Amino acid sequence: MSHAPGEGLRTRSSGELPVRVVSARVSLTTRLANLWARRELLVGLIVSDIRIKYKNSTLGLFWSMVSPAFTLGVYYLVFSIFLKNGYPNFVIYLFSGLVVWNMFQNSVNTATGVIVDRAALVKKVSFPREILALSNVGAAIVYFVVQLSVLIIFVAAVRHAPAWKFITILPISFLSLYFFTAALAVVMSAINVYLRDMKHLMEVLLQLWFWMTPIVYSYSHAIAPHLQRHGLTWIYFLNPITLIVVTFQRVFYVSTIVHSTVAPHPLIDVLPTWSYDKFLILNAVLLGISVVAFFVAEAIFGRLEGDFESVL
Amino acid sequence: MVDVIAVEGVSKNFKIHHERHQSLKERLLHPRSGTTEVFDALNNINFTVSEGETLGIVGHNGSGKSTLLKCICGVLKPSAGEIRLRGSLAALLELGAGFQTELSGRDNVYLYGAMLGFSRKMVDGIFDDVVAFSEIEQFIDTQVKFYSSGMYVRLAFAVAVNVDPDILVVDEVLAVGDERFQAKCVDRIRRFQQEGRTILLVTHNADQVRALCDRAIVLDGGDMIADGATRDSLRIFREHLMADAVEHDPSHLLGSVRIESVSTPSGSFEVKSGAGLHLDVSVVSQNAYSGNFVIELFTHNGTLVSRSDAQGAPVNLTPGHNHVVVDLSHVPLLDGVYDLNVGVTDPLGHNVVAWSERAATLQVTYDGREGGIVELGASIRQE
Repeated sequence: MSHAPGEGLRTRSSGELPVRVVSARVSLTTRLANLWARRELLVGLIVSDIRIKYKNSTLGLFWSMVSPAFTLGVYYLVFSIFLKNGYPNFVIYLFSGLVVWNMFQNSVNTATGVIVDRAALVKKVSFPREILALSNVGAAIVYFVVQLSVLIIFVAAVRHAPAWKFITILPISFLSLYFFTAALAVVMSAINVYLRDMKHLMEVLLQLWFWMTPIVYSYSHAIAPHLQRHGLTWIYFLNPITLIVVTFQRVFYVSTIVHSTVAPHPLIDVLPTWSYDKFLILNAVLLGISVVAFFVAEAIFGRLEGDFESVL
Repeated sequence: MVDVIAVEGVSKNFKIHHERHQSLKERLLHPRSGTTEVFDALNNINFTVSEGETLGIVGHNGSGKSTLLKCICGVLKPSAGEIRLRGSLAALLELGAGFQTELSGRDNVYLYGAMLGFSRKMVDGIFDDVVAFSEIEQFIDTQVKFYSSGMYVRLAFAVAVNVDPDILVVDEVLAVGDERFQAKCVDRIRRFQQEGRTILLVTHNADQVRALCDRAIVLDGGDMIADGATRDSLRIFREHLMADAVEHDPSHLLGSVRIESVSTPSGSFEVKSGAGLHLDVSVVSQNAYSGNFVIELFTHNGTLVSRSDAQGAPVNLTPGHNHVVVDLSHVPLLDGVYDLNVGVTDPLGHNVVAWSERAATLQVTYDGREGGIVELGASIRQE
């Protein structure tokens, strides 16, 4: 190719340009590599998600802090004054579980419909489609961080020391939460393209799921005695969110056994009395499972995405 | 020469669900209802595009050209085969599909750039060019939902052509904006060509392909029926279009008229610039038919020099051989080879009834001092 001499023209060297392959089957490693290569798009989508949510509002992201802070305030009033259930500092227990749950629920709820909602984009521009679902998870993480800060500020304000030793497990627990949530979000976003009821079904299932997770009640107090009698404890822990919630509660609520604040002050088992090592091992195993689940989700998404065009 | 795009054995079939049950309830109630038909949009397409080449993909609606393009862009996955692309690609498909209407033009430029696969840093570098090209400086921080449709498309086009892609894919979008903006777009495409970039142009506008492409492939019903120099491919495209139209022609007019030959009294198509030219065209018709006679003249690299057609040139064909005379009083062309197309259309000039692409090749000789295509007879003097 001869180049006309002139300004603004550049010589092009094609030797080192990356080669991209479009074919019917894409291997999982290629999928993941493509995903990693487009991380800037992921960040861009997360930022635009949050911008759109708070567009034209003066206080912006500050609102995402006001709302959980207000919720926390209301819970504090309700559970320490009106509805005394006997758990001291119940609001910390409740909120450390809710922080985890909100992240999970927000992600899955928004991601399930996302491919259908952005059909115009999916049909015209080429990019790894699961990034749309992952951007919803990413936005949920931002709100999660905000809520977690509110919790930490509250814990500090009431001078409630967290379980310092267990804090090192939190990152592992958080990563499990991320990968498991991402896996479910990615799969659901693809299934919803073919079965549009999935979005509504998911909303109902998530409510049920909420009550299967020890957030407003204590696993050790309300569930464990009944299950242990039949040796069925493991069934309850099939729900991966349970372990994550319990880990967060262990870190922020700290006490495993407390004296009830209601007379005649009996002892209540609030949290499992597991050692640090047991928490660490269980969380590590869950992280492994979650990462595998994410890979499986990617593979399923790859299978399902081929026919999006004919259904969207 | 490096292959920038290699399409190998690409097929794409769509499952068409008749009476599709999309809700869970309907699926559960009617597990096997509805029929599924497989529609082959592309059959075993093979071709390569070298660096710096501009390839036209032509075909009429439903020929599979958009499907092929979407496969190349990676929007669709082929059912079989693979496509290898070297370097980055920007596609001018449905412009502005990636825009978030709630965000400002500025934010959308970055988001759209990221969707096309370009980093924030790169977009930073070209941001001013994008804004200048799109001509919406004063509205760049306005939410895109307040843009007019022209502004919307201009901004999207500006991003796609300024992100410095190695491969540019253009799908019938040269019809955006006003005439001045269109000219700007064509200019930009020509600059891309000069810079040695690879361009894919998809259109059913033969003039555009002739003007911009070195090579063209023709698709018909998902098959590739031609791959070669633009002139050859376009001839096949026109002929095929005609053959295809015959099958769908209710009045059976098509195919009944045929251009048999084009000749000159001397038998030679060499003409001195400025001299006249007399053409004898022999048209064979099975029925009596009244239509219009069309004559087109193209330069060797595909610029339309002149088209005389429609209302001005009615012909009344009788069954059998007809003799149509075309007199060009003087040919003001400069040195060169020109292609001559002749044809017969219906009286309104909407449908082609008979066509002969490159019916003759004109060799013009010129001994004056002017350069270009046409002699203006300029006389320059100082007063």
